[in-house]
Amino acid sequence: MSLKLKKGVNNQSAYNLRDPNLDYEAAHTLSIIVDNESGVLARVIGLFSGRGYNIDSLTVAEVDPNGHRSRITIVTTGTPKVVNQIKAQLNRMVPVHEVTDLTLKGKAVQRELAIFKVVGNGNQRVESLRLADVFRAKVVDSTLKSFTFELTGNSEKIDAFAELMTPLGLKEIARTGIVALLRGDNSS
Amino acid sequence: MTQANKITGAEIVIKALIDQGVDTVFGYPGGAILPIYDELFQQKKIKHILVRHEQAATHAAEGYARSTGKIGVVFVTSGPGATNSVTGLTDALMDSVPIVVISGQVPTFMIGNDAFQEADTVGITRPCTKHNWLVKDTNKLAEIIHKAFEVAGSGRPGPVLVDVPKDVQFASGRYTKKNEIKTDFIKKEPSIDVKMLDEAINRLELAERPIIYSGGGVINSGQSAVNLLRNLVAGTNFPVTSTLMGLGSYPASGKNWLGMLGMHGTYEANMSMHDCDFMLCIGARFDDRITGRIDAFSPNSYKVHIDIDPSSINKNITVEAPLIGDVSKILSMLTARWKERGSKVNKKKLSAWWKSINNWKGVQSLGYENSSSVIKPQYAVQRLEELTKSYNRFVSTEVGQHQMWAAQFMGFEEPNRWMTSGGLGTMGYGFPASIGIQIAHPTSLVINVAGEASWLMNMQELGTAVQYRLPVKQFILNNERLGMVRQWQELLHGERYSHSWSDALPDFVKLAEAYGIKGIRCEDPARLDDSIREMIDYPGPVIFDCLVEKHENCFPMIPSGKAHNEMILGEQTEENSISDDGAVLV
Ligand SMILES: Cc1ncc(C[n+]2csc(CCOP(=O)(O)OP(=O)(O)O)c2C)c(N)n1
Ligand SMILES: [Mg+2]
Repeated sequence: MSLKLKKGVNNQSAYNLRDPNLDYEAAHTLSIIVDNESGVLARVIGLFSGRGYNIDSLTVAEVDPNGHRSRITIVTTGTPKVVNQIKAQLNRMVPVHEVTDLTLKGKAVQRELAIFKVVGNGNQRVESLRLADVFRAKVVDSTLKSFTFELTGNSEKIDAFAELMTPLGLKEIARTGIVALLRGDNSS
Repeated sequence: MTQANKITGAEIVIKALIDQGVDTVFGYPGGAILPIYDELFQQKKIKHILVRHEQAATHAAEGYARSTGKIGVVFVTSGPGATNSVTGLTDALMDSVPIVVISGQVPTFMIGNDAFQEADTVGITRPCTKHNWLVKDTNKLAEIIHKAFEVAGSGRPGPVLVDVPKDVQFASGRYTKKNEIKTDFIKKEPSIDVKMLDEAINRLELAERPIIYSGGGVINSGQSAVNLLRNLVAGTNFPVTSTLMGLGSYPASGKNWLGMLGMHGTYEANMSMHDCDFMLCIGARFDDRITGRIDAFSPNSYKVHIDIDPSSINKNITVEAPLIGDVSKILSMLTARWKERGSKVNKKKLSAWWKSINNWKGVQSLGYENSSSVIKPQYAVQRLEELTKSYNRFVSTEVGQHQMWAAQFMGFEEPNRWMTSGGLGTMGYGFPASIGIQIAHPTSLVINVAGEASWLMNMQELGTAVQYRLPVKQFILNNERLGMVRQWQELLHGERYSHSWSDALPDFVKLAEAYGIKGIRCEDPARLDDSIREMIDYPGPVIFDCLVEKHENCFPMIPSGKAHNEMILGEQTEENSISDDGAVLV
């Protein structure tokens, strides 16, 4: 409130001046604890599609079988205002118990698992195996013409590996999407 | 648990409703809900109102809920019964009306097989309910119904749906009492930010040009919130305006009342919103019908926003002081602290502010040119107001120009007396709503101010009104036009009146007679008062066909994409015409 500029007098509203980042879109990783009941994923996804929010990545699995709770991890992109709306809207839902914005909360461990099928002969095949070793990817299946690698890491690492494998005969990728938890001893 | 302690699912439904204090259900039977109707038949505590279309059941339940503060209950069958309830559910969601819809469903073992009258009811109604449930186990049925009432009525109220497959209605199961369910699923209100509250009070005390803008949330919060609002207005001498949903929270005869704000609000209300330096928004949500052009909305004000729903905060308008919680709770905290600090306001500046406001009032923005040869719709509503305001009266409306004229020219002294479809703007809402209101208030005067086109959308409810001897008055402002559409076409679409007239209208008097009720037609301004009195005095339902000027426009109007201080007060000039940018908005 220290700004003495008149707010909202034109399209370049002073609301924007108050926070220079207001209109900057950024990726946020949201960790959502929900009841593991039928339709809960449809509710969450329906909220995003119905209100025009982005989903860059989504994972879900039960994490507390006794309490029937699942963790949904969503990566979304939006301005701070939109991301705040998303969190508020999620919190309104009856089966939603907790929404944590890992991006705002501090450092988070973010991991994805991917499986790559690379088909090739001769040098290409050797090179793909050498690179897999550099990336600490595991060979989980192979034929005389192919390797199937398993790789875990953050999304950039998976992207980078995929890029390297492309000229070496990359045929197919399967990715899980991101799972994440806060670093340190705090729970999210 | 012995078999003897178990009862059928259908019995559980009825028992749970009685446990919840339900005395009235609006509904329509069908194959998938027959066991529940069979139970209904064998008891006396719950009265069932048979509507003529399931949409009407939902609106009647809304009218019942909004006029009583209780929860409205609806029974529908599977498939078409459930899909017909979608409009009412969406309407209730937009206007925060608590209703519980119980729908029949095909037996669990047939779900997914495209069975006869199967529809994915929970799928279809997921985005138009606060929450919904498909009950697969009779043992869980009672608990889910109690939860459904809890969810509908708590926090920001809204609609819920419980889908009950037929085999679950037939099977036996345990009954769980209302007070035996866990309530950990209810959302906790965040604690109040006391620093924020103090800063808001600082601003309130210093405000030179304050305004209070109240909405439906005040009414939903209950009588104590209404009293707190009224006391705050009296204590501060601040001007007060309300949204369409908030009418009645502050009395229309109160001396600080500026009338409704927004697209068809008064000049003084909108100018005050635009020029204020302190805005106290209580239980309203900065809807686009209120704000006009967002980036020109009240550009110089410090905004305090009291709302129970955190997602309403900073959704459309960024506010300086969000105070999240129930209106009555927050208002009582705010008032108590303000009193502790000496009940200060900036008196000198305030009287100057009132001077400007009184100048704006002088514009008389609701003025219109009356006629002695044809009934002007505004005049009709004014006379209706004059002749009915002394009654114990409830008013519903349909959607269109007549709705805005009713909002402008009728005065509401108390909350829960004005029922209209605000957020969704549902034509066809008013007639069934008036039925629900009359059921809840059998001896009151219930009037539906209608447009002829909207009224036709649920006219089948004449049967319901007659069957239950409900003396609802259908006051139809008949302009033989989809008047509001016609107005937009005149102002925005080069006077090309594409499909906006009501052709092939019935003879409303004969229609009334066909149902054995009273029809009155009036087209002479000189006979209007007598005709209205005749309507009031008739002890049964009345269709009042009020033939009005066909081409009247509803002013004032903030055109889409314009700011509050750019409102049109009367017929168009070049300067205030709507831009192409504005024309794409709704
Ligand atoms: C179900 C539905 N369909 C369409 C509309 C769009 N609409 C808004 S007002 C209106 C015309 C209403 O005509 P009438 O009921 O005669 O009222 P008037 O404006 O003439 O007073 C229409 C078609 C709507 N609000 N609801
Ligand atoms: Mg009309």
